[in-house]
Amino acid sequence: MNTARMQWPEPVRTGEVVKVRVLVQHPMDTGYLQDLTGKVVPRNIIRLLTCHLGQQEVFRVEPSSGLSANPFFEFYVRTTVTAEFKLEWIDDKGQKGNHFQIFNVS
Amino acid sequence: MNAEGMLRRKRLQSLLLAGISWPCFMGQFAYAQRMNSGSLLSFDDMVQPIVQGAKIFKKDVQIEAPILADNGSLVPLQVTVQSAMTDLDHVTHVYLLSQRNPVTQMAVFHLGPRNGRAIVSTRVRLAGTQELVALARLSNGEFRYKQMEIIVTESACVDAS
Repeated sequence: MNTARMQWPEPVRTGEVVKVRVLVQHPMDTGYLQDLTGKVVPRNIIRLLTCHLGQQEVFRVEPSSGLSANPFFEFYVRTTVTAEFKLEWIDDKGQKGNHFQIFNVS
Repeated sequence: MNAEGMLRRKRLQSLLLAGISWPCFMGQFAYAQRMNSGSLLSFDDMVQPIVQGAKIFKKDVQIEAPILADNGSLVPLQVTVQSAMTDLDHVTHVYLLSQRNPVTQMAVFHLGPRNGRAIVSTRVRLAGTQELVALARLSNGEFRYKQMEIIVTESACVDAS
């Protein structure tokens, strides 16, 4: 199940600062809204989203209900070696998700 | 004019007065409920739980966002902090704080020297027109912030029902 996407401009040169864009498919239910039958939808948001490049953590977010559904993040990263981008997240239901993508540096 | 006419005029007058003053009383009662998402927090209430008395300056931070957001459930927001992002001097955290949302702290970003630039962007939910605060914590323990008012025509806190 592909629920996340990562994107950056290719090719990446050594030592260059690159803008990375992350989009995660997640409803991010706030716990305040009701569905069509009038029942309150229980809160289900991403608690923690981390981004590792190789072994090093490069980005970490602790979202709240204040982030929109299908959260989108943009950040910058600088690296000199080719490594694997590892995106992991966990939500209120305890469901974990991850996404791996090779970060090629030429 | 006869006495009866005067009396009627008086009655009408008091009725009108009551009508005018009614919303004032109602307003007070509505306020007394203290709806969490309806009240606006002061700047200190928003910031002090995080800052806890450390030095804080209004500089080096920029917020890029629409001044008028049509839909509060999706407002793009970019925060730029001027920082060299070296091992000795970098931004460690970026906080997005909302004045009106039921949850004040919308997101915390953890950054480090490996990021190269202290720029993050995301999309937030806003429960109405309010002043946002982007707060950045530097590696030496100081804080930088920027405030921005965003006018929201449709709040994010509206049900589908």
